Amino acid sequence: MNWRAVWAIYRVEMARAFRTVLQSIVSPVISTSLYFVVFGSAIGSRITEIDGISYGAFIVPGLIMLSLLTQSISNASFAIYFPKFVGSIYELLSAPVSYLEIIIAYVGGAATKSIVLGLIILATAALFVPLQILHPFWMLGFLVLTAVTFSLFGFIIGIWAKSFEQLQLVPLLIITPLTFLGGSFYSINMLPETWRTVTLFNPVVYLISGFRWSFYGKSDVPVGISLGMTVVFLAICIAIVAWMFRTGYRLRN
Amino acid sequence: MPSIISISGVTKTYATGFKALKEINLDIERGEIFALLGPNGAGKTTLISIVCGIVNRSSGTVTVDGNDINRNYRAARSLIGLVPQELTIDAFESVWATVTYSRGLFGKPPNPGFVEKVLRDLSLWDKKDAKAITLSGGMKRRLMIAKALSHEPRILFLDEPTAGVDVELRQDMWAMVRRLREDGVTIILTTHYIEEAEAMADRVGVINRGEIILVEGKAELMRKLGRKRLVLELRTPLTAIPDSFSRYALELSPDGGQLTYTYDNQSERPGVASLLRELEAAGIQFRDMDTQNSSLEEIFVNLLRQEP
Repeated sequence: MNWRAVWAIYRVEMARAFRTVLQSIVSPVISTSLYFVVFGSAIGSRITEIDGISYGAFIVPGLIMLSLLTQSISNASFAIYFPKFVGSIYELLSAPVSYLEIIIAYVGGAATKSIVLGLIILATAALFVPLQILHPFWMLGFLVLTAVTFSLFGFIIGIWAKSFEQLQLVPLLIITPLTFLGGSFYSINMLPETWRTVTLFNPVVYLISGFRWSFYGKSDVPVGISLGMTVVFLAICIAIVAWMFRTGYRLRN
Repeated sequence: MPSIISISGVTKTYATGFKALKEINLDIERGEIFALLGPNGAGKTTLISIVCGIVNRSSGTVTVDGNDINRNYRAARSLIGLVPQELTIDAFESVWATVTYSRGLFGKPPNPGFVEKVLRDLSLWDKKDAKAITLSGGMKRRLMIAKALSHEPRILFLDEPTAGVDVELRQDMWAMVRRLREDGVTIILTTHYIEEAEAMADRVGVINRGEIILVEGKAELMRKLGRKRLVLELRTPLTAIPDSFSRYALELSPDGGQLTYTYDNQSERPGVASLLRELEAAGIQFRDMDTQNSSLEEIFVNLLRQEP
C-alpha cells in the first residue's frame, strides 16, 4: 500500500474543507438551525410529539441524515470531478497508486468531513432541544456507514458526470426529494397505508429509521433491516466503482 | 544496456473509432534526450499518456525499466515524472503544498530540503506560499515542472515544454534539462519546434498520423540533413574528376553530366567561391547551378508530405 499517497490526497481534501470553511461547515449549520426554527418551533408547536418523542427532538436524526447524505455526495463528487474538469487528474492517474488507495483517500476525506459536520449539527441541535442517545455506539456506526456509503456514491457521480449540471443532477433531483420524503420530518406510520407502502421503496427511509432508533429506541422499520439496506447499498456502490475502475470508465479512456 | 522504455505493438483506438496510434514500436535508451516530433494531432500526447498510465492502450506492451506498465504499474510509474502540455493545477493550492502533494502521491517520504532545492532551481522559492492561481503563465509552467521533479523521477516526459514560453524560461528549461541529463535522467520531449530538437536531443523520432516514420540519432540526422549541396550541370560531361579537386570531395553523376559538392553551410568558409574559381581556371564550364538546403525542418516536412 502506498499510504503516503493516501495521506497526501486525504490531506489536500481536508485542507480544502478548511479553506472553504464557510461553505463546508458554517452554511450547513445555519441551514440546520433554520430547519429547527421553522420545523421545530412552527410545526412543533402543533405536533407535540411522535412516538412519545417531542417533535423537535424527533427531527434531529432526520436533519443530520439530510446533511450527511447531501454533503457526503457533494464532497466526494466534487473532489474527483474538479481535477477531471481542470485536467489535474493526470497526476493522480500517472502516480503509483492503486484504485483502492484512491478510494480510501477520496472517500475517506469526504466521509470525514460529513461525519464532522454531522457531529456539529448534533451539537447545534443539543442547543435547541433536549437530546437523548440510547445507543451511542450504533449511532456512530450508522453515521460512519452512511457517510462512507454516500461518499462512495458521490465518487461514482463525480466520475460519471461530464458537466457541473450533471454533478448537481443526482443530489438535487433524487437525493434531496428522497430524504424529504424519507421520514426526516415525520414518522412514515403517520402516512395513509398506500403511501406508507410506496415510501418503503425509498432507501433513505431505512437510513433515517435506523439512525433515529439509535437515538430514541423507536423506529419505523426494524433496525436490522435498516442496517441490511445500508450495507446492500454500500455493496452496490462498491460493485459499480470496481466496474468503473476495471474498464477505465471516463477516467482512462 | 537494455532500453529504459520499450514500446512494442502499441495501438490506440478511441471510443469514437478514431485510430490515434497504429502499431507503435519504439525504444528509449537510458540517459538519452529523445525528441518526439510531429504535427498537431499526430499522436504524441496519446503515446506519452499511455506510457504514463493516463490512457489505456488498445493493444501492445510497454515496459519501463523492465516493468510492465500494467502488471508492475507501481514500479513503472514511480520512475516517471510528467510535465503535461496544458497548465493544469489546482488553482487554490499554494506552490509549496502542491509540490509536497506530488511527492507524497508518488510515495516518497517528506523531504523539505529537496523540495526547496527544486523550487530554488526553478526560481519558484519566492513564490512558495503563493496560490497557483496568482502565478503568471510562465510561473505555472515552472510549477508543473517542479511537481514532476518533486519525486526524483529517473525519466522525465516534457510534453510541448516550450509552447507559449518566453525566452528566459526556455533557456532556464534547457539548462535544467542538461543538468538532469548529467544526473542520468532520461528525457523524452515532444515538440513541433524543430530548433528545439536540434538544440537538445540525442535522438529524434518523427510521428505522424499515429505512426513512427523515422527514428535517428540527431548527429547522423544533422550530418545528413544539416548540409547544403551545390549541384552543377556541366556543359560537357566529364569522365573523371581531376585530382586537383580531391579536397572538395566532389561527386560525379554516372553520366558525368552533374557535379555535386556537399558542404557544411554552418562553416565560415564553405569553399563555394573557391571551387567555382578553380573550376573556371580548369576550364570546366557549367550551364546551370542549383543549391539544396537540407535542414531538419525540410526533411521533416518532406517526410510528412511523403505520407499517403
